Amino acid sequence: MGEEELKVLGAWGSPFSRRVEIALELKGVPFQYIEENVFDEKLKSPLLLKCNPVHRKVPVLLHDGKPVVESLIILEYIDETWKNNPILPPDPHRRAQARFWAHFIDHKCMPPVWTALLGSVEEREKAVEEVRECLKTLEGVLDGNRFFGGETIGLVDIAANFIAYWLRAIQEVSGLDFMNEDQLPLLTKWCEEFVSCNVVKEHLPPRDKLITFMKNWLSANGWSWTD
Amino acid sequence: MEGEVVLLDFWPSMFGMRTRIALAEKQIKYEYREEDLRNKSALLLQMNPVHKKIPVLIHNGKPICESLIQVQYIDEVWNDRAPLLPPNPYQRATARFWADFVDKKIYDLGGKLWRTKGEEQEAAKKELIECLKLLEGQLGDNPYFGGKDFGFLDVALVPFYCWFYTYEKFGRFSIEAECPKLIAWAKRCMQKESVAKSLADQEKIYDFVLHLKKALGIE
Repeated sequence: MGEEELKVLGAWGSPFSRRVEIALELKGVPFQYIEENVFDEKLKSPLLLKCNPVHRKVPVLLHDGKPVVESLIILEYIDETWKNNPILPPDPHRRAQARFWAHFIDHKCMPPVWTALLGSVEEREKAVEEVRECLKTLEGVLDGNRFFGGETIGLVDIAANFIAYWLRAIQEVSGLDFMNEDQLPLLTKWCEEFVSCNVVKEHLPPRDKLITFMKNWLSANGWSWTD
Repeated sequence: MEGEVVLLDFWPSMFGMRTRIALAEKQIKYEYREEDLRNKSALLLQMNPVHKKIPVLIHNGKPICESLIQVQYIDEVWNDRAPLLPPNPYQRATARFWADFVDKKIYDLGGKLWRTKGEEQEAAKKELIECLKLLEGQLGDNPYFGGKDFGFLDVALVPFYCWFYTYEKFGRFSIEAECPKLIAWAKRCMQKESVAKSLADQEKIYDFVLHLKKALGIE
């Protein structure tokens, strides 16, 4: 299957589009990457708007011209299309658990991070506490395993890329203390193992670029470092 | 091999209805346990400590949470009958996308119709109609979202049909007038025993919401 038959529309800083890249790397499938401007509606490409008219977001996976959208849905599509290095285990109950924790990361862990950054000062403390609770839960889920997927990375690890990399950058830039390494030794070790994986390291945004971007983004959204 | 199947549920929940339909489609015998959400059982809290929500499917003592995850689990375990997801990966991704769309949009927008008034309610009504029209467009000329056969997206969406009456009363509009094909699809689904037995009565839902509004102090 030629490279031109598989395209990924993504954004360099998006954890969601990086998830797709990791999965394709894991499967050893070559693809053409197309960078999209996701911050300016007017600059979104006609291809993006045609492929994802409902949400108008990245990532989009284009396989033989057919679009698949929503990162977790794309990950399952990739796993079902290329059978090597499975992302989901074969057992139905373990699959259900993996889907549950991936959903948990997107719906419970991430939203309070944004609230902590964009909400009022009153909302911030509660939001930080919510994130801490989520991370504590994930520490328990790891249960001494090297990865959420067991010996190798799986759906939950890939979904948690945000925690392994972006959350730490956000912590550094904002000064908010989401992740206490002493209280989360397993999760801390997992972060280091995850970002060191061969299939992951090429698909993380450059740190300096991300930090600069976050600083500017926070400033633009009224963040004050004197709080 | 069936094993022991228990469903912790709450009768008006569209999410619980999805799991009831999937179990019925596969003709699985299970124990239905009604939860009082103001007084959650120890079992519910033990089986879903993260969200403390229904529905919870318990199979041989092991919990599965989140309705769409439950439907996929049921489809994968009892894979010898009434398939809900098609075998083709692209069609599966499409069904999952629209089921995710239903989750992102329909519940919250519908909720705004009975929880809010004035401009907020009008905006929600407008957006709900747009979303239902988008979904209706996905039917094409097929009898079901799954094509010839009732499938995953049909299961994900049809429970909302018993809530349409409530949305229409509060929003003062007719969903059938806006989306006739969608209502024809819903009525077609209701001819299936698995759906008819799983959905709640629409007037009972309306009464339930009236009582809920009073209890929550919403005018």
